[in-house]
Amino acid sequence: MLRNFIILTLASFAFVACETRSDVEIANEENILIMGNSAEPKGLDPHLVSGVLESNIIRALFEGLCVEHPSKNEESLPGAAKSWTHSPDYTQWTFSLNPDAKWSDGVPVTARDFAFAYKRLLSPDPNWPAKYAEMLYFLKNAEAYHKNKFGHILCGNDTNFPLPWDTLKEANFDGDPTIKLKSFNDKKFEDLKKSKREKLAKYLQDGETIDLSKITPKEVNFNDLSSPEKRIYFNAKGIDKLSEKELTFLKTQTDVIKWTDKVPENIRQIVLDRIIEHHKAKKPSLWDKAKVGVTIVDDFTLKLDLRGPVPFLHHITKHYTWFPVPKHVVLKYGEINTGLSSPWTKVGNIVSNGAFKLKKWRTNHILELDRNPHYWDNENVHLNGIRYLPVKNLFTETRMFGDGQLHITYKVPAELLKMAEEKYPKSLRKEDYVGVRYIRVNTAKSPFTDPKVRRAFALAIDQKALCDKVLMGGQQPASGIVPPFGDSQPAGVIQFDPEEAKKLLAESEFADPASRPEITLLTTDSDSSLREAVAYQAMWEKHLGIKVRILQREWSTYLSRQFSQDYDLAIAGWIGDFLDPTTFLEMWITDGGNNNTGWGSKQFEDLLKEAENTADPAARLQILAKAEKTILDDTPILPVYWYATNYLIRPEVKNWHPLLLNNHPFKFVKIEK
Amino acid sequence: MTKLILSRVLQTLLVVFFLVTFVFFAVRAIPGNPFVSEKKTTEQERAALEAYYGLDKPLPVQYFNYWKNILTRGDFGDSLGMKGRKVSTLIKESFPVSLKLGLLSLFFGLIIGIPLGIIAALYHNKWQDYIAMIVAMAGICVVAFVLGPIFQLVFGKPLPILNVAGWSRSSDILLPAITLCFGVAAYLARLTRGGMLDVLSQDYIRTARAKGVPTMKIITKHAMRPALMPAVTYLGPAFAAIITGSFVVETIFLVPGMGQHFVTGITSNDYNLVLGLVLFYGILMGIANLLSDIALLFMDPKLRKA
Amino acid sequence: MEATIEKNNLPEQDVEKGTSLWADAYTRLKKNKLAMIGGIIVIAILFLCFILAPILSFFGFSANSQDLDKTFSGIGQNGYILGSDNLGRDLMMRVLEGGQISLLVAILATVLTVTIGIIYGGIAGYVGGRIGGFMMRIVDGLLAMPFLIIVILFREIIGGHVNETAHFLTSEWGWHKDTVDRFANLIPLTLAIAGFGWLTMGRIVRASAASLAKQEFVEAARSLGLSHRRILFRHMLPNMLGPVIIYATLTIPSFILYEATLSFIGLGIEPPNSSWGKLIKEGANFLESYPTVLVIPAILFSLTLFAFNFLGDGLRDALDPKASKD
Repeated sequence: MLRNFIILTLASFAFVACETRSDVEIANEENILIMGNSAEPKGLDPHLVSGVLESNIIRALFEGLCVEHPSKNEESLPGAAKSWTHSPDYTQWTFSLNPDAKWSDGVPVTARDFAFAYKRLLSPDPNWPAKYAEMLYFLKNAEAYHKNKFGHILCGNDTNFPLPWDTLKEANFDGDPTIKLKSFNDKKFEDLKKSKREKLAKYLQDGETIDLSKITPKEVNFNDLSSPEKRIYFNAKGIDKLSEKELTFLKTQTDVIKWTDKVPENIRQIVLDRIIEHHKAKKPSLWDKAKVGVTIVDDFTLKLDLRGPVPFLHHITKHYTWFPVPKHVVLKYGEINTGLSSPWTKVGNIVSNGAFKLKKWRTNHILELDRNPHYWDNENVHLNGIRYLPVKNLFTETRMFGDGQLHITYKVPAELLKMAEEKYPKSLRKEDYVGVRYIRVNTAKSPFTDPKVRRAFALAIDQKALCDKVLMGGQQPASGIVPPFGDSQPAGVIQFDPEEAKKLLAESEFADPASRPEITLLTTDSDSSLREAVAYQAMWEKHLGIKVRILQREWSTYLSRQFSQDYDLAIAGWIGDFLDPTTFLEMWITDGGNNNTGWGSKQFEDLLKEAENTADPAARLQILAKAEKTILDDTPILPVYWYATNYLIRPEVKNWHPLLLNNHPFKFVKIEK
Repeated sequence: MTKLILSRVLQTLLVVFFLVTFVFFAVRAIPGNPFVSEKKTTEQERAALEAYYGLDKPLPVQYFNYWKNILTRGDFGDSLGMKGRKVSTLIKESFPVSLKLGLLSLFFGLIIGIPLGIIAALYHNKWQDYIAMIVAMAGICVVAFVLGPIFQLVFGKPLPILNVAGWSRSSDILLPAITLCFGVAAYLARLTRGGMLDVLSQDYIRTARAKGVPTMKIITKHAMRPALMPAVTYLGPAFAAIITGSFVVETIFLVPGMGQHFVTGITSNDYNLVLGLVLFYGILMGIANLLSDIALLFMDPKLRKA
Repeated sequence: MEATIEKNNLPEQDVEKGTSLWADAYTRLKKNKLAMIGGIIVIAILFLCFILAPILSFFGFSANSQDLDKTFSGIGQNGYILGSDNLGRDLMMRVLEGGQISLLVAILATVLTVTIGIIYGGIAGYVGGRIGGFMMRIVDGLLAMPFLIIVILFREIIGGHVNETAHFLTSEWGWHKDTVDRFANLIPLTLAIAGFGWLTMGRIVRASAASLAKQEFVEAARSLGLSHRRILFRHMLPNMLGPVIIYATLTIPSFILYEATLSFIGLGIEPPNSSWGKLIKEGANFLESYPTVLVIPAILFSLTLFAFNFLGDGLRDALDPKASKD
C-alpha cells in the first residue's frame, strides 16, 4: 500500500510538472479574476451577513436598484432599475425596473422580489437574526413595523382614529430606556446608585419609596404592587412591550402609565383594546397595517415612500441590504424568515440576479462564481468568473501575489508595505477608504465618567506619528469621526496636544493617581491591532503618565465584552455603508446597537432628527456637522485615524479604480491579456 | 490478539467518553458566545438561536441530548459559527485533506528520521552522530511559522511548478508536507538512535560482531526490528495528531484541513464543531494506538508470548 | 509507549551504589561533547537573561520604551546595539527580557509538571489494578483534549485574580509596576502549560512506579508494615528520580516551543512584554523586509533549544544508557 502511495504521489508530481504557467496566467486565459478575501464567509444571505468580505461576494452575486459607477463616487448607474424619479422634496422615489432583468434561473426580477426582500429584512419576528434592518429605516413606517410598535401601527396608521397620532404618540408607548428593570437585581431602593435613583425619581412623588424586589422577577403579581411600583414597572416597559395579561390589567387602572392629559380615558381604552385584540388573534402579520413605504405599482414599477427627505437614496440602494432576494426560491426552501440556516443560499439552491452566480463553495478553500447567462447586461460583462480565496494570513497572501496566484489582494500588512513599494511599485495601491479607527470608551466606568479624562486620552494620542511611522499606509489623522468626502468637511476638533491633555487630566476629578483604578485597553489578537495598542499604551504613558494594560482577546470575546460594556477602552473601527455622515453618526444614539459606550445625548439625537427632515443638502450637512461636534465635545470615543486601503493589483486588471467605499462593481472589471 | 484488540477498544471507548465529557463542559466555560457578530445581537435573538440549537436547556440535559443524537441518529449537530453547515460535513470535507497531507509528511519524516537515527547510533559520540543529531534537532527548533514562510520564499516563489500556498494543484501538498515532516523526523531520529544504541549494546549483537558478520547485515537482519520499537510506539499517537491537521501550517499554506476548524471552533465558541472534532480525534487516537500495539506484537516475540 | 517504559526497570544494584552511579554518569557525560557544550550554553543564556539583563535595565536600557523616529535601526545604529524594531524599541533588551519570560515559563511549568506528575503517576502506578488503570484513562482522555481550551480557561479563571493581586501589590505596597505586571502575566500561562504537561509526566512516572511496586524491596517494606505514603515517597521516589530528571530537561525546550505556538495563535504573554515565541512570530512577519528582527531572537531561541535538548539527551545517555528512549 505504501509503495502504491509513493508511486501515485510521484506520478502526480511528474504530471503537474508540465504545468509551469502561474495560476493567474491560466486564469487570464479563462478570463477569471482571482481575489484574496481574508476569511471564510459566514454566509451568503444578504439579510443575515454584516461583514466586508461577505459583501464582496454578495455584490457580485446580486444587484440592487442602482449600481456603483466604476470610477465616480458620487454617481449611480442603472442596475435592476433602468431609471428612477423622485418627488421634489426627495420623500418619494419611483423606480422603473428593467423588464429584461432576470434571476439566474431565468425568472424575471419584479417589484415583488424587492418588496418581499424588504418585508423579509424588516421581519419583526424576534427569532429573525437580521443584523442590518436599520438600513431600511429610511422607508416610511419601516422602523415601527420592525420594532412592533403596536400603538403606531394599529392606531397611528388608522386615518379614522379619533385622535391624531401626533397627539397620541406623546403617551409612553416605547418605554423608558433609562430604567432597566433587570439591573436592579433585587437590590434595595436605598442601595441604588444616586444616578439610578434619580432616573426613578420622576415617577415617584415626594417621600414615596418602593420595593424593587417586587418588580424584578419574571412573573410580577400586579395586585401586590403599590401604585408607585406599578408606575415604574409599566413606564419602564412601555405600552407596546406589554403582554396581553399586563394590558388587561392596565385597562383597569390606565393612569399608572404616562398618557398625557390630551388622551382621554375612552381613547386609552380603545388603544388598549386594539392591542389586546391583536394579541388575542395570535399576532398576525402587521405588514399591511404597518403601511411600510413600499408599493408595488406594477410588476416593473416600485414606489418607495420615505420617512423624510433622502436626497442620496440612490446611493443607499447600492448597499446589499437593499438588494432583492428571489421570492420564488426563498419560499421554496423555507418560510419568509426561516433564517437560522438560510437553506436557500446553499450551492445548488441559490439563485441570483447579478452578473455572476455561485458555482462552487468549499469551506476554507475557495468560493467560485460563474458568469450568469441570464443577466440582463451579460454582453457587457467581461469576466467569466471570480474566485475568492479565504487567505487569513496576509503575509501568505502578499507572497501569493508575488508568485502569480492572485490578481488582487485583500490587504498588504504594514510590515510588508516597504517591500511592496520597492518590489511592486506599479501594483501597490494606497487609497482613501471611508472608515474611522477609534477607541471606544466605557463612559460608565471611572475614570472615564469624567469627560475631561476622556478628552485627555484623546489628545494624548500622537495621530500623525502613528499614521506616518507605524501604519505607513496613507491613513490620515482623524480630527473627528466622519472622514472627509464629497462636500463633507472634517471636524477638525481632535488634534494631538500633550500639554492640553496634561492640563485636562490635572483639572479632572481623577487628577490624583490614587483615585484612578487600573485601566485596560481591549483589542483583538490581530497583529495590526496589537501593534496599535502598544503604541497607544506608550503614548499615554509618556504624555499622561498613565499605564494602561492591554487585554487581547479572540474576536468573539472581544465583541461580546463590548456589547456587554465589560471594558474600559476598546480599539474599534467603523466602515461607512454609504457616502453620508449619518452612516458614522447614527450608531451613537442612546442605546444604539453599536454604541456600547453608555453615552447618549438628547441634543445629539434632536440634531439627527432635524437633519432627517432637512431636504437641502448643504443645510443638512451643517446640521450633521453640529451633531458630530456634540459627540466630540463629550468624547465618548477617541478618533485616531481615517482608514486607507492598501492592496496589490495586477496591471492586466482594468476598470478597477479608487472608490471611497471600496465597493468595486465587478461587472465592469476587465482582464486585458 | 483478540483480547488485546478488545481491551484496546474498550479503553478507547472509555477515553473518548472522558474526553467528550471534559470538553463538553470546558468549551462552555470559555467566555464569549457563539452567536456574537459585528452588530449587536439582541437578547431575544440570542434566546431564539439558543433555543434553535438546544442551548437553552440545562447543561445536563444538553449533555444527555448530545450523546442521544450521536447514538440514535449519528448526528453531531450543526456548526454554530458557520450557519447551515453540519459538523459531519465539515469533517468529511476537511479530513481527507489533512489525511493526505499527514500521510505524506509522515512518509517524509520516516525516510529522513530513521536513517539519521541509525547513523547517529552507529557512530555514537563521533562527529557523524553530532551532525545527525544537530540536523534532527534543527527540525524541532525551527518552528513551523518560520519554516513555512522561508519555504514559500525559497521554493514557492522562484519555482514555477510550486505555488506559494493553496490547495488546487497536486503539487500544493509538497511545501506544507515538508514543513510538517521536520518535527516528526526529529523525534524519529532521536528515538531510533536511542533504540539502536540499546540494541547494539546487547550481547547477541556483540557476538554477531565478534563473529565478523558485516555491520550492514547486523543492522538489517538483527538490530533493526527491536531498535525501531520506541519509534513505533511514538508513531501511534503522532499519526493521529498529524493526520488531524496543524493550525499553523494550514493557515500559512491555505490548506483546507481540520486544524483550522479546531482553532476557529474554540475561539468562536462553536461547541458542536469542537466536540465533533474532539470525538473524531479521540477515536482516531484509539485506532492508531491499537495499530501501533499490533505492530509491536509482530516486532517483539517476547511481547507476543506475554 | 507504555510497553517500552515498563521494560526499563531500574536495576537494583544501581540504587545500592548511588554515589558511584552519579560519578559514573558524569564521566560518561563528559565524553559527550555536544552535551557538555549544551550545558555551557544553558548556563551562558541563563546568565545573559537573568543577570546581565537586570544590570542593563538598571543602567537605563529598556525593552518597552518606544521611539517612533528611530524604527528599524540596523545593528549598532542609533545607539541600539542589536538594532530596533518597528516601534523603535531596543531589540537586545527585548530579546533578553523575552528570554526571561520564556525560560521562566518553561522552568516553572516543568517544576509543576514534575510535582503533579510524580504524585498522580506515583499513586496510579503504586495502586495499580483497576483504579490505576482508570486514573490513566482519565489522563489519556485529557491528553487528547485540545491544548487551546485549557489555555483559554486558565487565562480567564486565573487571569483576573492575578491581575487584581498585581494591582494590589503595586498600588498598596508600592512594588515596581512594570516588573510586577511582567511576571504576573506569565502565571496563567505557566499554569496552563503545566496543566497540560503533567499528563505525559504522569504516564512516565506511573510506568516506572508500576514496575517498582512489583519489586522485592517494596514488598519487603510493605511486609514491615510501613505506611503507603512512606513507601511511596521514601522508598520508591528516589528510584524514579532518574527518568524524571531526564524527562524534565527535555520538557523545558518543548515548553518553550508550546509558548511560541500559543503566540502564533494570539494567546500568551500580554503586550508590551514579549517572549521569544512572540518575538519570533512578529519577526517572521518582517522576513522579506527587515529580517534582523527575526534572526536575533531566533538565534537565541534555537541555541537554547539545542542546548537543553543535547544536555537532556546527554544526561539520559549518561545516567541510564539502556533507557535512552522516550
